[in-house]
Amino acid sequence: MWAVLIPALGAAMLPLLPRYAAALNIAISAATMAAVLALATQPFPTEGWLRADALNLPLVLVAGIVGLATAVFSAHGRLAHSRQYHAAFQGFCAANMLALLSDNLGLMWVAIEAATLASVVMVASPRTTAALEAAWKFFILCGVGIALALFGTIVLQMAVPAAGLSFAALRAGAASADAGLLNLAFILLLVGYGTKSGLVPLHNWLPDAHAEGPVPITAVLSGLLLTTAMHGVLRAKAVVGANPGTVPPGTFLLVLGVATLLLAAFTLWRRRDARRFFAWSSIKHMGLAAIAFGLGGPAGNLAGLIHLLGHALVKSAVFIGLGAAITLKGSQRIADIGGLVASHPALGWGLGLAVLGAAGLPPFMLFASEFLLVTSAGRQNPWLLAPLLLGLLVGAAALVRVAQRLCLGPATPDAPGAAPPGLLVLLPLWGLLLVALLGTLAMPATIAEMLRAAAEVPL
Amino acid sequence: MGTLAYDIAHVLGGAMLLCSFLLLSQRRLGALIWLLAAQGVLLAMAAGWQGYTQGATHLYVSAAIALLAKGIGIPWALHVAIRRIGDAEADAGLRAMPALLLGGAMVALAILVALPVSTGSRVLTREDLAIALSILLLGLLMMCTRRHALAQAAGLLSMENALMLAAVGAAGMPLVVEISAAGLVLVVAALAGLFGMRMREHVATLDTGVLDTHRGDPR
Repeated sequence: MWAVLIPALGAAMLPLLPRYAAALNIAISAATMAAVLALATQPFPTEGWLRADALNLPLVLVAGIVGLATAVFSAHGRLAHSRQYHAAFQGFCAANMLALLSDNLGLMWVAIEAATLASVVMVASPRTTAALEAAWKFFILCGVGIALALFGTIVLQMAVPAAGLSFAALRAGAASADAGLLNLAFILLLVGYGTKSGLVPLHNWLPDAHAEGPVPITAVLSGLLLTTAMHGVLRAKAVVGANPGTVPPGTFLLVLGVATLLLAAFTLWRRRDARRFFAWSSIKHMGLAAIAFGLGGPAGNLAGLIHLLGHALVKSAVFIGLGAAITLKGSQRIADIGGLVASHPALGWGLGLAVLGAAGLPPFMLFASEFLLVTSAGRQNPWLLAPLLLGLLVGAAALVRVAQRLCLGPATPDAPGAAPPGLLVLLPLWGLLLVALLGTLAMPATIAEMLRAAAEVPL
Repeated sequence: MGTLAYDIAHVLGGAMLLCSFLLLSQRRLGALIWLLAAQGVLLAMAAGWQGYTQGATHLYVSAAIALLAKGIGIPWALHVAIRRIGDAEADAGLRAMPALLLGGAMVALAILVALPVSTGSRVLTREDLAIALSILLLGLLMMCTRRHALAQAAGLLSMENALMLAAVGAAGMPLVVEISAAGLVLVVAALAGLFGMRMREHVATLDTGVLDTHRGDPR
């Protein structure tokens, strides 16, 4: 599977060629993207450790797109010559692809652990005290999280000893397994991978890691790592849900999702730091995705999947635009960034549209998924509508308010000596927006077909 | 498998649990490291014993990794490191009595969760699960109550020991060697991060309480 091998080789090669690190980084990400596209044209294999299927292929495609866009953006700014950063970036991409594609819970765990270590290196790379604090908190909380996830994996193995941890075999064997062990395994896996996707009880590493690491890393943390962890939860849910004797796993997801959504929606109003603000918005979107998958059924799953994809695209665009604005103004306080449309129209409009997309306004993908989520919640579980709508409206209002502050009004002064954003910023920003727009307005028929098939994958 | 196989597995697991209790409120860093080493050696013996009873040769590799890394390598490196830093004592976190009570509650919780859960499973699975879950929860408790970074890392290390105990006890678990190596990388990375020069350069102490003041977006 070249989609994993190319970035892995790249990570090993980058430290040897520090002078061309940024250009090489882009080239490797482009090659990975080509490998992903080639993967999408092949029929799904039925055997092997790495296996694409209808559920993970859309996530892999988006991971390729976001990785490429972020690699281009990484060439902008003062990290362009840090080989530590670029090598960790490709290492992260390789581990992320491996985690998405592996058909084995043990292998997936190893890959997610590797992705965590790579992102800790990236978060710590500015070497300020605040970045160290963020990296240490990230490391300790996620260390506990992945330890719990591994314990859950081991308990699954105890429950279905013959399966050898392959998803398909686990699903087949789960029906006759001990329901109590399966319940325990799911709770451990949910808390473990839920920590990494920012669900509520163990979410507080996320704003720190997003705010203190280098600017481009925020885009991949938010767009890729959270999505991959959520994919792990889904795989566990599919296995445990196959046994009728267990507590329905969707219930746990619903409860955590609602708690996450409400906490994040109200916290958004109190943030003054722009990167922390959008990190909390990522937590909110993970809560929404958890609610959608918790509802389950074809409609709920489709909503959740579109939400994950849309969030990865739109939020990466937000962080790329915001990163450029922060470099430009020399501050990441919301109050210090303002009037971008007046001073830098291409950046301002792009960032403004991306923030509105993240708020769930049409015409971007998140509008489609939130609409689908609300309608299917109304059909399946009407009492859920009250907290869901409350969270959606409060959160969206906070985002719209911040979009106004960042982009409209009189321009705040630029930091002295800051270069205006060039193609390295505008290309990935508008490219991601375009993909997120195509996702709603003109989704290619093959991808629509794939998403429908993924929603039918029993979860 | 006769009862002797169960008994020896349980004695080794129980001894690891005892180490976890002692770790919980140990102030002296030297003693903390000795306890970690003892737990690592016990883990290696447990893995070797499981390899023998299950007839699984790859578990001997896990046992060797545990013995060399957790029984010898990591403790030795930690001793060298604390001698260089000069910290001899850490905060105790909780006092001995509340720590023991809370620890006892954790073990009770683990038993309550594990025993009824697996009435249909084999006895070994069930009780191994209870012991491993207890060690895991004690490690978690230690990470929550202590502020010294080395004590937090010790909590993480004992959690990882619990995971390996569970993994070697789960018959037919694939990738045990790979997973134990990966888990080790995690712990080593934690320790490397700890003693990496940066933390010393910036804050000159291993008390993570100092870090709390360094965060953006002050309230």
